[in-house]
Amino acid sequence: MSSPPRKRRGLGLRVVVYLALSAVGVTMLLPFAWMVSTSLKSAGYAAESTSRWVPSEPATVEIGGQACEVARVRGAGEERVAVIGYRPGEAEVQALAPSPRAGQRRWVAEADVIPLREVKLHWENYREAWRAEGMRVGDAFFGLVRNASAFLAFYLNSIFVSVCVTLGTVFTSSLAAFAFSRMRFPGRDAMFVGYLATLMVPAIVIMLPVYLLLSQLRMTNTYAALIVPAMFSAYGTFLLRQFFMTIPKELEDAAVIDGASPFRVYWHIVLPLSKPALATLTTFVFLHCWNEFLWPLMVVDSLPLKTLPIGLAHFQDSYTTEYHLLMAASVIVMVPVLIVFLIGQRYFVRGIALSGLKG
Amino acid sequence: MPAPLAEPSPTRSRRARRRPFLQALPFLLPNLAGFLIFTLLPVLACFALSLTDYRLAPIQHLSDLRERVPFVGLQNFANLLGRHEEAGRMVANDADFWRYLGNTLFLMLGIPVSIGGSLFLALLLNQRLRGMVIFRTIYFLPTVSSAVAVCIVWKWILHQQPNEVGLLNSVLTTLGVSSPPHWLGDPAWAKPAFIIMAVWVGVGGYNCVLYLAGLQGIPEEYYEAAALDGAGAWARFRHITWPLLSPTTFFVVTMSIIAGFQGSFLFTAAYMMTGGGPAGATTTLMLYIYNNAISWHQLGYAAAIACVLFVLVFGFTLINWRYGQRLVHYS
Repeated sequence: MSSPPRKRRGLGLRVVVYLALSAVGVTMLLPFAWMVSTSLKSAGYAAESTSRWVPSEPATVEIGGQACEVARVRGAGEERVAVIGYRPGEAEVQALAPSPRAGQRRWVAEADVIPLREVKLHWENYREAWRAEGMRVGDAFFGLVRNASAFLAFYLNSIFVSVCVTLGTVFTSSLAAFAFSRMRFPGRDAMFVGYLATLMVPAIVIMLPVYLLLSQLRMTNTYAALIVPAMFSAYGTFLLRQFFMTIPKELEDAAVIDGASPFRVYWHIVLPLSKPALATLTTFVFLHCWNEFLWPLMVVDSLPLKTLPIGLAHFQDSYTTEYHLLMAASVIVMVPVLIVFLIGQRYFVRGIALSGLKG
Repeated sequence: MPAPLAEPSPTRSRRARRRPFLQALPFLLPNLAGFLIFTLLPVLACFALSLTDYRLAPIQHLSDLRERVPFVGLQNFANLLGRHEEAGRMVANDADFWRYLGNTLFLMLGIPVSIGGSLFLALLLNQRLRGMVIFRTIYFLPTVSSAVAVCIVWKWILHQQPNEVGLLNSVLTTLGVSSPPHWLGDPAWAKPAFIIMAVWVGVGGYNCVLYLAGLQGIPEEYYEAAALDGAGAWARFRHITWPLLSPTTFFVVTMSIIAGFQGSFLFTAAYMMTGGGPAGATTTLMLYIYNNAISWHQLGYAAAIACVLFVLVFGFTLINWRYGQRLVHYS
C-alpha cells in the first residue's frame, strides 16, 4: 500500500472492478445479515419466513382482549383497512369488519384481502439466549459466578483462557526468539529447524497424548488443561525471530559495552522496538485461542468450564430448532471477536504477509 | 536464514564453548521446556501409543502399565490398512477408514477453487482504488468469525424440510430450480455443501492476503515495460504476475493441503451440522480420530489413524518440496 499510486484507471474498468468486489462482498455479508435478521424474529416466524429479511409479523389490533389480524381490502372501487375474521365452516372466505367499532361485517373473496404486516424486532431474543434457562451454572469461574447464566461463565472463561494463553505465548516466544536471533550457541540452527518442522505435524497427533496425560493426571476439566499446553508456540517463536533479525545489531552492541545483561537488552531494547510484531502475534494468538474448538471439546465437558465455542455448541444441542435463539446466541459469541479483529486487523494482515513471504 | 555460525576454535576449552549455551538457556528454557513436553514428546508418544490397544483405563501405578496398556505391535495398522478375504473377495479390514479418507480427499477438491478465488480477489483488491481496505476487511470476516457460529448460520441457510426451507433453497426456488437439493440431508449433496461453505469461509482469508502481499511486491516497472511492448492484460498476467507469484502460490498450496488433510473447519462443520452424516458422508479422518479417541475410548487405534494422517501430510510435504519447488520461479 505504500508504493506510489498508479495512473488513473479508466472509468469502465473501475466500474467493473467495483461491481465484482461488491458482488463478492455481498456474498460474504449475506449470511451474517441473515443471522442478525433471524435473531430478531419471533419464535413462530423464524422458521416460517425464510425469505423475509426484515423481521415482520401480521399486523394486529386488540379488540376485547383478543388480537385480530388486520388487512387491506379491495372492493367496490375502493381500498380500506379492515380486521379479518373467519366465517365458520368456510375457510376460503373471510369476514371483514371495516371498522372494529362499527361492527359492520362484509364477506369478501380471499383474493381481495391483502394481509398487512408490521416490522417487529424481538430484541428480547438476546436476553432469552443469554439467560439460557436450560443451562444455568451453579458455581463457575473460581466461585465468583454463582447460579448465573451459562453464557456469563463461557464469556469469563474465554476471556481468562485467551488472555492467559496470549500473555504466555508472547512471553515465552519472545524470549526464545531473542535467543534464536540475538545469541550464538552451539546447535542453535538445528534446534530452530526442529521447531519449524513441528509446524507440519497435524495438531491431533500432539493432542492425543497430551489428552491422555491430562486424563491420567485427572486434570481434564481444569483451566490448566485449557491454558498450559497452548502457551508454547513454535509459530510465535518463528514469527518474532523473523522480526528480531531485522533490528540493527549496533543498538544492542552499545548497550552491551555499557555492561547491560542479555535480559536488559531483551527487555529495554528489543521488546520496545518490536511493538508491531508483538501486536501482530498478540492479535493472532488471541483470535486463534478465542475460536479454538477441538482442544476445549476434548478436555472440557463440565458446563461451568466451557469456553464460548463449545458453550455455543452445547447451546445448539439444547435449543436445536429454536433458530431465533440460536442466531441470537451466535451473534453474542461473534461480536467481541469481530471488534478485536477490526481493531487489530492492520497487525493481523501484516503478520500473515510476514509469515508467508519468509516461510 | 541467519549467517552460518563461526566454528568454535578447537583451542578453546570445553567450558568456554559451553558458556554461550548457558547464557542462552534462561531465554530458551520456558519455551523449550513447553515445546518438549507439549509438542515433541507427544509426537513420539503418539507413535508409541499407536502400537498399543490402550482404552483409557486409569493407570495408578507403573505396574499397571503392562496390563492396562497392552502392546499389540503393528496390529492397529493391520486392522486399519490391511485387507482380508471374505466370500472369495478381498475386503478392507476397516472399510470406514478408506471411506473417510476418501471423504477427506474429496472435500479437498474445494482447495483449488478457493485458491483460484483468492488470487482473483487479490487481483481485484490490488487495483488500488478507493475503499479497498473495507472490501478486504469484509472478505476476511468469515475467517475470523467463530467457526461454530458460522456453522450454526449455514445449517439454517442449507436447511431443507417439508415445511421449512432455508435461505439458499428459497433463493434457488425463486431462480426457477424446481426441486433444489436437500444438501445436508442428502449423502450426495452434503459434501458439495461443505465445499461451498469452506470456500466461502476461506476465499477472502489468509490466502487472499498472502496473494495481495505478493502482488504488491511486484515492481510496477515490469508492467510498464510490458505495456510498452504492447502486451495485453492476459499476457501481462501470464508472463509477469503468475511467474512472479509462484513462490506465494507454492506456499499457499502447500499450507492449504496440509490444512486440508486436518480439516479443522470441516471437523467443526461435521460436528455441528451433520454429526458426520448423512450415512457417514461428511466424516473426515479428523472426526474419525476424534470419535475413536473421545467417544469410543480407543486411544491406541485413534493414535494409529493420527500416525497415518501424519505420514500422509509428511509424504505430501516431501514430494511437494522435491518436485513442486521446480515450478517456482524466483526473480
